[in-house]
Amino acid sequence: MMLFGSEINLQPVWLTLEVATYTMVILMLIGTPLAWKMAKMDSSTKVLLEALVALPLVLPPTVLGFYLLIVMNPNGPITEFLRLFGFEGQLTFSKTGLVIGSVFYSLPFAVQPLMHAFESIPSRLLDAAATLRANALDRFFTIVVPLSQRGFLVAATLTFAHTVGEFGVVLMVGGNIPGETRMVSIDIFDHVESLEYTQAHILSALMLMFSFLVLLLVYSLNRRFGVKVG
Amino acid sequence: MKIKSILPGLVIFLTSMSGYAAETTIAVASNFTKTIEIIGQAFEKETGHQVKFAFGPTGKLYAQIKNGAPFDAFFGADERRPQLTIKDGIGLQQSYFVYAQGQLALYSRDHRVDQNPIAILKAAAFNKLAIANPRTAPYGERAQTFLKQQGLYEGVQSNIVNGESIAHAFQYVATGNAELGFVALSQVVDPQSPIYQKGYYWVLPQSDYKPINQGAVITQRGAKNPVTQAFMAFMKRPQASEIIRRFGYHLPQSAQSNEQ
Repeated sequence: MMLFGSEINLQPVWLTLEVATYTMVILMLIGTPLAWKMAKMDSSTKVLLEALVALPLVLPPTVLGFYLLIVMNPNGPITEFLRLFGFEGQLTFSKTGLVIGSVFYSLPFAVQPLMHAFESIPSRLLDAAATLRANALDRFFTIVVPLSQRGFLVAATLTFAHTVGEFGVVLMVGGNIPGETRMVSIDIFDHVESLEYTQAHILSALMLMFSFLVLLLVYSLNRRFGVKVG
Repeated sequence: MKIKSILPGLVIFLTSMSGYAAETTIAVASNFTKTIEIIGQAFEKETGHQVKFAFGPTGKLYAQIKNGAPFDAFFGADERRPQLTIKDGIGLQQSYFVYAQGQLALYSRDHRVDQNPIAILKAAAFNKLAIANPRTAPYGERAQTFLKQQGLYEGVQSNIVNGESIAHAFQYVATGNAELGFVALSQVVDPQSPIYQKGYYWVLPQSDYKPINQGAVITQRGAKNPVTQAFMAFMKRPQASEIIRRFGYHLPQSAQSNEQ
């Protein structure tokens, strides 16, 4: 495709959006119950879990990527586990592997906002609902979810955006296969490496605009829903 | 603390930095990391000067140098990028030389590539074949060209995974994610390598691929630093050549010093 007078291959862009979407959906499904459990926990176990969940924030992505390369290798524990469910093939160098890596990498961005949202719900509301015979699931969907809108929106946006911007993990477990694991950040890196600065500039500018829009969205959501929840 | 009381200390500190510093900072392509560290130690021991290395992918180092990175010399993984610094007016033409020639090896933990490499590649009965990205890394480009010339490329194309550099390609094989990989011989013969004396390797005949000439150049900044000059001269001495060969590189004739 021609962009700003230069030939640009947009396949890495679509692939990135695809991986980010999968990652976001999976993280919302895993992150919600985990954050709910953590919000209701007593201090010692909770502190331990909080520290574990926050690890990807402080670990260099290359460290995470290197460990993933080891645990996801064809004889590694994750691959063996998935084989039980009829999985065939190899995790590293595949889109599936990238999504799994991204789930680990973006976990804190899903769990932290959700947990804080859940914590801010007054327990008397849930107690009152319980006395009205609302069961746990009812209480969660009729009280917790509406009151945690902001948390959900922030978690979804951040996990999506964080996956779009990931580099180290993709670099380590991806293998740079066009249409399968060559994401935008890697493509930009390659363009810079092979001195194709125009293409690097265009893709970088797209990333910059995208990131800015996402952050604008997150902060405006914070403003809009802030009053309602807090 | 008053500004006045720290001022003398600050002045001494700053002058000591800007004065004759017996050290040099050199940018080096990742594949040469181990080798040049050992040469650096020998150099420091002999001269008492200090040499600091910044390692990275050649293209990244080039982009940094072009944008004013404080490097006194540049050791690339190819000839192209060091030559480009000369074109940019940063590198000095007369200082340019080929310091080593990389050798390509096919490595596998389980397959007997030391006995029948071509048959193994032809059968393509392995999960993945790791190579360095042909677009950015000379080792990867040579590996790809070799496969194409031998008529093997079509057969293995769907098994190929690209490492960002020769170090990544190596990592894919060393961690068991790829059963085969085109790596640098220097990565296999290094006694500290995780695969040292494990598995099998085949050194590709030099006649089968264009030499991987790795070029070095002194920058404008380094030209003013006698330690840089001293280190570059040291690189051409037999002591350094011996280390370079030990790590699985060839030396082109032009790199030999006349001092021998």
